[in-house]
Amino acid sequence: METLINMALLTLLAVVTIAIVRQRSLVGVVILAAIYSFLMASVMIVLDAVDVALTEASVGAAVSTVLLLATLHLTKTREYAPVHGNIVPLALSLVVGAGLIWGSLVLPPFGVADAPIHQHVAPRYINDAIAETGVPNMVTAVLADYRSFDTLGEVTVIFVVGIGVMMLLRGRRRRADGSEESEGKK
Amino acid sequence: MSLDLILRVGTKLILPFILLFAFYVQLHGDYGPGGGFQAGIIVSAMVILVTITFGLRAAKRIAPQEIVERMVPLGILIFAGTGVLSLVTGGNYLDYSYFAHEPVHGHHIGILMVEVGVLVTVSGTMIALFYAFIERGR
Repeated sequence: METLINMALLTLLAVVTIAIVRQRSLVGVVILAAIYSFLMASVMIVLDAVDVALTEASVGAAVSTVLLLATLHLTKTREYAPVHGNIVPLALSLVVGAGLIWGSLVLPPFGVADAPIHQHVAPRYINDAIAETGVPNMVTAVLADYRSFDTLGEVTVIFVVGIGVMMLLRGRRRRADGSEESEGKK
Repeated sequence: MSLDLILRVGTKLILPFILLFAFYVQLHGDYGPGGGFQAGIIVSAMVILVTITFGLRAAKRIAPQEIVERMVPLGILIFAGTGVLSLVTGGNYLDYSYFAHEPVHGHHIGILMVEVGVLVTVSGTMIALFYAFIERGR
């Protein structure tokens, strides 16, 4: 049953990806990307990664869609036809794709418990997280306690992005408006 | 206008539940899926819904722009301040062992404090970004 659900979800993901590539209207692309995020969230639920699924559904499908639509409101909503030929990008994608597939051949089989990534710090988190932090959700224990330096860095990234985009969006309006330009230069 | 009415009443009905769900995700993040990041996104989604349905002025009555923009650095200060507090109480930076009599309780308290910091920065940034886009478009 799980295999069937996985196959259906992954087929839909492929269909949505092809639709995104063929779509010229950027509003359509944004909506399709939201559908892609929801499908990805479903895949994460099938993989029992509910924290990632919740993040993907709220960030990828909801808020980033709204922000992208707001961006399209400020810019044009149709993609220009490509000026160069398709041969070089196609060859590049094929080479990179073939390299990735070749690299995935030497990975350990999917979901094996004795893969190197599951042998490093994961056993310590799984065995000791409740005893050391008192938090049953291991993901939260790793994010906010064991790896809180990383999370502090992530929050700083969000802060920098927010400040940067706000400065970009406000700065340009001043230049377009003559009376406010002198005020901005002071 | 008649179609608008359904949208407005429907939005008003679900707003408290969105906010309640956000705080559930925030405070229940140590037992179930979720945490400050997801809760912050849900809070900002509520304000975005208000902006879309009732307009920018109504949204700014709920979430004033000055407060939202001050939330962006405030969350990081809460997060980094938790680290400083752990230094003061005698541990390493962001080591919550000494926040309570038992290290386990200290870790639990520390995680909740850090999650509050994440919530404040994420929700503030998302709402402020959305306001910036809307104002630029007018």
